[in-house]
Amino acid sequence: MSAEPLLSVKNLKKHFAIKGGVFARNVEKVYAVDGVSFDIGKSETLGLVGESGCGKSTTGRCILRLIEPSSGEVWLSGQDVMRMDGSALRSLRRDMQIIFQDPYASLNPRLTVAAIIGEALQIHNLVKSKKELEERVVKLLETVGLQPDHMRRFPHEFSGGQRQRIGIARALAVEPKLLICDEPVSALDVSIQAQVINLLEDLQEQFGLTYLFIAHDLSVVEHISTRVAVMYLGRVVEIAPSRALYDTPLHPYTEALLSAVPIPDPTVKRKRIMLQGDVPNPIRPPSGCHFHTRCPIARADCAQRDPELLEKRPGHWVACHYRG
Amino acid sequence: MASAVILLLIVLAVLIGPYVWRVPINEIDFASKLDGPSWTHPLGTDDLGQDILARLLYGGRISLAVGLCAMLVAAIVGVMVGAIAGMSRGGIDAALMWLADLFLSLPQLPLLLLISYLFRDALTKLIGTQGGIFLIVVLVIGGLRWMQVARLVRAQILSIREKEFIEAARALGASSIRQVVRHILPNALGPVIVAGTIDVANAIIAESTLSFLGLGFPPDIPTWGRVLFDAKDTIDIAPHWAIFAGSAIFLTVLTINFIGDGLRDALDPRRVL
Amino acid sequence: MAETLLEIRGLKTWFKTDDGMVRAVDGVDLHIDRGETVGVVGESGCGKTVTARSVLKLIDMPPGRFEDGSILWRGRDLIPLAADEMDKIRAREIAIVFQEPMTSLNPVYTVGDQIAEVLRQHQQLNRKQAIDAAVEMLRLVNIPNPGKRVHDYPHQFSGGMRQRVMIAMALSCKPKLLIADEPTTALDVTIQAQILELMQEMKEKLGMSIMLITHAMGVVAETCQRVVVMYAGKVVEEAPVEALFGNPRHPYTQGLIRSIPRVDRAAEQKQRLEAIAGTVPSLLEPPPGCRFAARCKFAMDVCTKAMPPLKEVGPGHFVRCVL
Repeated sequence: MSAEPLLSVKNLKKHFAIKGGVFARNVEKVYAVDGVSFDIGKSETLGLVGESGCGKSTTGRCILRLIEPSSGEVWLSGQDVMRMDGSALRSLRRDMQIIFQDPYASLNPRLTVAAIIGEALQIHNLVKSKKELEERVVKLLETVGLQPDHMRRFPHEFSGGQRQRIGIARALAVEPKLLICDEPVSALDVSIQAQVINLLEDLQEQFGLTYLFIAHDLSVVEHISTRVAVMYLGRVVEIAPSRALYDTPLHPYTEALLSAVPIPDPTVKRKRIMLQGDVPNPIRPPSGCHFHTRCPIARADCAQRDPELLEKRPGHWVACHYRG
Repeated sequence: MASAVILLLIVLAVLIGPYVWRVPINEIDFASKLDGPSWTHPLGTDDLGQDILARLLYGGRISLAVGLCAMLVAAIVGVMVGAIAGMSRGGIDAALMWLADLFLSLPQLPLLLLISYLFRDALTKLIGTQGGIFLIVVLVIGGLRWMQVARLVRAQILSIREKEFIEAARALGASSIRQVVRHILPNALGPVIVAGTIDVANAIIAESTLSFLGLGFPPDIPTWGRVLFDAKDTIDIAPHWAIFAGSAIFLTVLTINFIGDGLRDALDPRRVL
Repeated sequence: MAETLLEIRGLKTWFKTDDGMVRAVDGVDLHIDRGETVGVVGESGCGKTVTARSVLKLIDMPPGRFEDGSILWRGRDLIPLAADEMDKIRAREIAIVFQEPMTSLNPVYTVGDQIAEVLRQHQQLNRKQAIDAAVEMLRLVNIPNPGKRVHDYPHQFSGGMRQRVMIAMALSCKPKLLIADEPTTALDVTIQAQILELMQEMKEKLGMSIMLITHAMGVVAETCQRVVVMYAGKVVEEAPVEALFGNPRHPYTQGLIRSIPRVDRAAEQKQRLEAIAGTVPSLLEPPPGCRFAARCKFAMDVCTKAMPPLKEVGPGHFVRCVL
């Protein structure tokens, strides 16, 4: 990993207040993100995996400040993202962008493709004339594998995979350094997923992009990521280089997660680690280590002390009292 | 689209008609009172021998104008209130919706009566009879219809706000105003347009009702409702009078409603036109 | 010789739309024997869900219609069957579990009531007996504390639990065939593992067959004995599961298997995923020849002229391709 990470997240927290009662008092809190820290180096891809409710999507949005975090720090290229406001924040938006999961809801159905992709260029005054805008849009369309004449069409005329490409073109328009991919292929058919994954990899090589790849599909994440972070109930439980995580997972949750992934090969027989029960409610997370209620190796003090994320092997961090 | 043509004809008729059909609206001619349609009086005459066609053409302007203006008042106030409520959260939203609920519980007719009674004279002195009444009628009808529009706009905005393309716009650096104007409102206004056209229809009917009850414009002004009001007493011997007046209202309202539907569909980019 | 329970022959389920006739299922042959799990795989628009729903005649007719073909259940053709006869087949002989556990359960009735409803429809039970039976079903699907939970409402259960409730409902009358339409697609992977294991357990306990509809090849590899691959309304390959993954013969199957990243084999796979170019064709006016021709690497002239027949290339292994 290079010297200075492009993105540095320190102890990010986001608690949602639930209002209840007659006077809309704060009754409970949802601990969606409960102290998340990681770094991403330039041109790296960090995969962020976890099951529903673990807080990975919220983390992505907090980094962009689409949701305001409750506390914590985010540093992009040495700049303090949390302190920025107004026009500083707006110009920061050029450096980090996001692509969304739902290809149908992420494009304004009333705008042409040209307007959707070109909007960023207009907001940041990156073009001086309509002609220049069109030229840039055409180039972006070609970069993502679409035709120039597509720019006059509307989103509903395209398939899911094509819409995702439009979303990618939109994000690339501002030439960002960091691209947060929030489940970008989950809603697509398997054969289209491969197309989009290949496209993302090509773009990364072409433009030196850095990705935070958020997904729940471990196979996809493993394929595209340099390093992977596993989240459970608002916390990061393990971070490791992609191959190391899958070959030698240290955290019991990671082990269980990996063993649950179905392998498309009937000749491979594996021992499956079955977790009992369901994911606990993020409103009342278990005390101490959040995973102790389902953990096969949990012991008494796991409920008392929060485990810290420690580097147990070179580049391999685990948050567990008894592993590593 | 037939509706558009018919409505256009109606509008043209009331705008230009009185210049073409130069029969005066209040030429009293007892000799030919309550006559059915004839060449001199294509829609017949009323009980004072006045030409019904001329009266309908002239009064139509007022009825249509009231309908349109009331709708505009309701739409503008409604969109603004709904947009503010939908975009802000918590206190402002709650306060505005409470206000809407308040207005919804006001009875339209008695209120119109009351305001008319209180302000008619003052306004008449300021802008003349017609103007004064016009203003009162438009403001009250429009002022009591903005709530539905506001609710509709607010509901639309709340649902569109959550959509990812709005988040995408924010992520690109769009200001709140840009998000609302360029992204949210165009997607929110579809149902509002339909509601708007229904409002025109409702306003015309409301004005007709008021005039029918004798509460709107003074009796010599032949708004369609007024004409209907006058016609009701002689329905058995001169049905043509009521029928023509009623048909004018009916036809106008119907065509406006169809146009509203058509507009909403036409503005939906998903349709291949 | 295994007993064939379900035999679908030449099924054509079409839908009338404003733009024309959509041929969602266009000549499909499929059979399921006693005690086996058959996977029906394909991507969106291939017709697998319509096929599944056709078996239980859950398609709205109009706009849908059975254009041709027969669905034989233990020798009896279900298509011409009257409504009341069909009701006796549903749940009692063939049951179905859907994808979305959130919306498949009625939110205003307790789960006990919903399971009891199925039971009382098909058996002569009074309310208490039915609720007791429901408790037993909940116990069978490993829901802890079933005696208490039988009185809970759907929103008090998590996604995985709700799917268990759905399975309990489906199995309450001990059907011979369970049709599972993407039963785990909406669930987290650890919950998916639990549900798949539950279905396997139920299959063994009740001697059931399962028709598993999915687009996830991994799930198919782990749970099915035979696999049917569908594309654009037709079956393109059918084989025992080892043969399908070990020796896929149809270019679509090959492409599908190669485009999936694998967790266990990544070292060799840091090369690109092999994507299938293009998109699924429209089902409105399907092209005359092989429907995959437009996207097929090996397409030849003859491919676009005529639809290749299904031919046997190995024991139980059928492919619809000229290669």
